[in-house]
Amino acid sequence: MRKIKADEITKIVKNLCMETNYYLPEDILDHLKKGLKKETSPLGKKTIEIMLKNAEIAAREKIPLCQDTGIVVVFVEVGQEVVIVNGDLEKAINEGVRQGYIEGYLRKSVVSDPLFERKNTNNNTPPVIYTRIVSGNRLKITLLPKGAGSENMSKIAMLKPSDGIKGVKEFIIQTVKEAGPNPCPPVIVGVGIGGSFEKCAFLAKKALLRKIGEHNTDGRYARLERELIKEINNLGIGPQGFGGKITALAVNIEYFPCHIASLPVAVNLQCWVSRHKQIEI
Amino acid sequence: MREKIRLNTPFSDRDIEKLKIGDEILLTGIIYTARDMAHKRIVESIEKNEPLPFNLKGQVIYYTGPAPARPGRIIGSAGPTTSYRMDPYTIPLIKAGLKGMIGKGPRSKCVIDVMAKYKAVYFAAIGGAAAFISEKIKKARIIAYEDLGPEAIWELEVEDFPVILINDIRGNDLYREGIKNYRR
Repeated sequence: MRKIKADEITKIVKNLCMETNYYLPEDILDHLKKGLKKETSPLGKKTIEIMLKNAEIAAREKIPLCQDTGIVVVFVEVGQEVVIVNGDLEKAINEGVRQGYIEGYLRKSVVSDPLFERKNTNNNTPPVIYTRIVSGNRLKITLLPKGAGSENMSKIAMLKPSDGIKGVKEFIIQTVKEAGPNPCPPVIVGVGIGGSFEKCAFLAKKALLRKIGEHNTDGRYARLERELIKEINNLGIGPQGFGGKITALAVNIEYFPCHIASLPVAVNLQCWVSRHKQIEI
Repeated sequence: MREKIRLNTPFSDRDIEKLKIGDEILLTGIIYTARDMAHKRIVESIEKNEPLPFNLKGQVIYYTGPAPARPGRIIGSAGPTTSYRMDPYTIPLIKAGLKGMIGKGPRSKCVIDVMAKYKAVYFAAIGGAAAFISEKIKKARIIAYEDLGPEAIWELEVEDFPVILINDIRGNDLYREGIKNYRR
């Protein structure tokens, strides 16, 4: 058995909250730069230039890239040989978010009740936590602060198996088209196909963690991803919706077996400020 | 594309009559922040004939909820939030004299029509470029609704604050027009 102290987890989460919000991941930076070369719209080009400048300022000044520092989504993989001591996992993660958002000068964007009071919790807790028990003695924490602009444009559909590939493609493209400028394009399109109602939404979220430029290891899904990004960029939405060629930086599909009568599809849109980072101990 | 246009706030009708969709504009002067909850309260005050946190005549509202300022900085990161959420509250504000709005994303047809009728314009700031934008803010103070936290109303003094004109006073919409040139 390997012991991991709860306060060590708190520290990791706290640092991840700050780092994800200050530093744009390298793969996003690279693909924005590539997009800048491909974009032919003058306004689109200027927009991407400002995005790159923004990333520079945020990193230099240690201030958030976007004022919407999101609700925190945490994926935890706990090795079954790990014992957490001096506290418990969820409390430790909560405390990390609280400290990170207060000490990091990040915006507190969480309300305690979605419908009635909508009172700000003032420390950005609670995060949304997904825990998975895996083999081994490691602990992996992945943090993804998710802004509402893109989250609000995300969609799920319970398609019929007969809708097939064509139906799935149409739903994904339609979701991006209807979202238009709102999710802050160029976007990352996370897609979950299969599983159950909630599983495909979870897969769509997880798809956002994949490195930009990498494709699904299954060639059929990889091909679908390539077709979709081409068609999405042909929509003409462009950076920030001002019109242009670069509407999406990636389409990432994750899939799971499903019921004989089902074809669930979820599209989780992510803005160009696609913040996430993983730490393994 | 035309040269960048420098514009001071507050606006007169003359200032905004000449603006066209796609124009790149640098704003200088005072603007006010307000988002969902602040809009709700302003509209309630208009309905009850109560005094407003600021006089809306000729003014510009920026849809943002800034991050807290790091010590030594004027304001935290402050980029635009999605504007359609403010659509249900916008019309009474325009009728009360509001001349400009800054946000991101399309407005409803109703709002665009009212902008044309009462002469008001809508600009986009670059969503997600909140650190960059915060450096265009030279002074900042909360003037109302402090209890709303990030949704309080701030008075911002901005200098060369970069925005793009989305809706002019003739009912045109850059989001509808811009896409046409690049759709394939």
